[in-house]
Amino acid sequence: MLGSELSTIWAILIAVAVLLYAALDGFDLGVGILFPFAKDGHERDQMQSAIAPVWDGNETWLVLGGGGLFAAFPKAYAALMPALYLPIFLMLLALIFRGIAFEFRHHGRKTGKRWWTVAFAGGSITAAIAQGLVLGGFIQGVNVVDGKFVGGPLDWLTPFSLLVAAALTIGYALLGGAWLVFKTQGELFERARTWVKRLAILTALAMGAVSLATLGVDQRVTYRWGLTMTSIDWPTFIQLAPLPLVCGLLCFLLWRGADLRHHAAPYLYAVGLFAVGYVGLAVSLWPYIVPFAMTPAEAAAADNALSFMLWGAAPMLPIILGYTAYVYWLFRAKVTDEATDH
Amino acid sequence: MDFDALLLSRLQFAFTIGFHIIFPAFTIGLASFLAVLEGLWLYTKKPVFRNLYLFWVKIFALSFGMGVVSGVVMSYQFGTNWSEFSSQVGSVIGPLLAYEVLTAFFLEASFLGIMLFGWKRVGPKLHFAATCTVAFGTLISTSWILAANSWMQTPQGYDFAADGTMIATNFIDVIFTPSFPTRLAHMVLAAFLTTAMVVAGASAFALLVKRAKPESLTALRMAILMMAIVAPLQLVAGHESGVVAHEYQPAKVAAMEGWWVTRAQQPTLLFGWPDQDAETTHAAIGIPGMGSWFTVGDANAVVKGLDAFKPEDRPPVWITFWAFRVMVGMGIAMVGLGIWGAVVWITKRLERATLYQKALVLAAPSGFIAVLAGWISAEVGRQPWVVYGVLRTADAVSPVPAGSVATSLIFFIVVYAIVFSAGALYILRLMSKGPDTEEPQLKDANEPPGSPLGTGVKSAAVKEG
Repeated sequence: MLGSELSTIWAILIAVAVLLYAALDGFDLGVGILFPFAKDGHERDQMQSAIAPVWDGNETWLVLGGGGLFAAFPKAYAALMPALYLPIFLMLLALIFRGIAFEFRHHGRKTGKRWWTVAFAGGSITAAIAQGLVLGGFIQGVNVVDGKFVGGPLDWLTPFSLLVAAALTIGYALLGGAWLVFKTQGELFERARTWVKRLAILTALAMGAVSLATLGVDQRVTYRWGLTMTSIDWPTFIQLAPLPLVCGLLCFLLWRGADLRHHAAPYLYAVGLFAVGYVGLAVSLWPYIVPFAMTPAEAAAADNALSFMLWGAAPMLPIILGYTAYVYWLFRAKVTDEATDH
Repeated sequence: MDFDALLLSRLQFAFTIGFHIIFPAFTIGLASFLAVLEGLWLYTKKPVFRNLYLFWVKIFALSFGMGVVSGVVMSYQFGTNWSEFSSQVGSVIGPLLAYEVLTAFFLEASFLGIMLFGWKRVGPKLHFAATCTVAFGTLISTSWILAANSWMQTPQGYDFAADGTMIATNFIDVIFTPSFPTRLAHMVLAAFLTTAMVVAGASAFALLVKRAKPESLTALRMAILMMAIVAPLQLVAGHESGVVAHEYQPAKVAAMEGWWVTRAQQPTLLFGWPDQDAETTHAAIGIPGMGSWFTVGDANAVVKGLDAFKPEDRPPVWITFWAFRVMVGMGIAMVGLGIWGAVVWITKRLERATLYQKALVLAAPSGFIAVLAGWISAEVGRQPWVVYGVLRTADAVSPVPAGSVATSLIFFIVVYAIVFSAGALYILRLMSKGPDTEEPQLKDANEPPGSPLGTGVKSAAVKEG
């Protein structure tokens, strides 16, 4: 296989891993973001039970994203990670608190449990914000010369990255709320429906704001969408216009699904929303793996490394998806009212 | 000493991986122990095995959780702090880490969910299969990470591309480096021993305070069996690993042994104070010839000392020397405790042997100390290279300012101190309570355990204030 084909395949695989991470761990983080809005400790136990058996597998997609980038695109990994040093560590530290809180909340006594409840919510919120800062810093491009990061330690901190961080946090909260609609019943189900309806509107606004702001980060993005400061290239724009329209439609369907008391539909629409937004982003940034500095072919590992890994990934990824689906099937039932009874 | 980004990054890597390794070292052995317990329970239907399983699985869940969260850090740290290393060797060892994620991490994480929360949703056999899968996953993971680290110790099967980065010429050679088999065996045995020491310590404690006697005695016997067999085997594996290291990394072995001069009749030092500047080991007390005999099998053989290497190619000797001695000391203590335990067991005095039980409680952390000391001597002994003889650590660091690294390092120290203290508190609290023997008898032996098993569900009923 040609090197450029291999690097394209790996770019797609890693992009899919990151999207799966967002769709899956996104709802885990979302549940944590919604923790402060729960009625009481019992309701928070139910919320945590709705994700406890699967969060660890979900987070593994983040390890595949990071490890996969190291293995398949070492030069992109080496350029991006130093550029995003501080938000990456903020994310990792926040994920530590989020992750251990699953176990520690059960073992803490009165004060301990209260503290780990705060750690779970705070860790989830901070991780979502940090991931948004990483994403924002990534989209706006990093300062690379000869494959090395040459910018400053706070280059990622801009109004744009803060906007993306806010939007991603809202988006994860939406996924979390929709997951709770799917997994809970009774009072919490009703509360989650209200959350989803509000968050659907907020997400629509946030996505619109990020989309417009993304057009401004680099002229290449503006041209990609057929836009300039003064004119619109209609044939180009019309081709891509369905993306924002579908997003708007999905937000409406989500709101309506929650309103009509559908159980699974809101989560599926929310995932659809993430997927379409993600495609929109990919369209904007194509063909860069380090925006405006490196393409996948330039950043890729040696061809033999890429094909060696493909021999493993080709059988393993379907197997992983298979047993992941099995675990989800096994825990498909709604959380019962005695929430702690896993 | 200059606190630049290089030194801070080294400290941060040492700190984060040192913290991380504690948990896998324990859970690799514990997962296998749980698989054996569940298998014995399914086979014998004796409640003692079920009670032990339910007890140790809670400790497993806590430790595994801490291992997962501290492990995610590692997959990003190569890039954030060691970006030159990443771009240099990504094409060679990157695939090994990718295989680790694909073949082990997902497997462990997904089946852990069934293991901890699936009691009421799958039958006992399927649950047992899930436990075995998690145990198997931990061993696959160990193999890949040891393959990657062994390549960094004894690199082969690589070449340089036109742009100066490394590429693999043969991935089989990259995976199966000369030091891989012995180092893998050494690590797996270390993990099993670490678990055995903890299980022995906790069980001995329960016996001393007269709790859960049948469970604690059973677990203690299993731990002694493991100790008595594996501790001597570990001496052999460690020795073989040392012989390979001597062949491929003679500077490391010279530092471990405190040898400064190339000579025949190299000693084995029992004590000494290596001095890097004076290029000598002060107050050395040792057995002449034993070092040569250990490394080449002949006391009169000439074995390289550190004078065979330029000063800039020598590892920090004091740390390597002492870490190695701490590891060996712990290993010998474990062999001794294994023999002592076997004697007490055979003479049927296990229940009453309070002195032995107290010694076991004291020795409970010995496995952790040995693992940490062993890794310190292996990794510090590899210096000044990150890939031995090929890439210097100083040339591997990221272009990040020292201020950023200092910030992340300080936060790691604070966060890990909190996490570790709380985790240790909860684990010790569980251990001091001992196995729950109040578990109601099952009507049907095939029924999963009656009480909901998550991880400490009973305490979850505690309301938040």
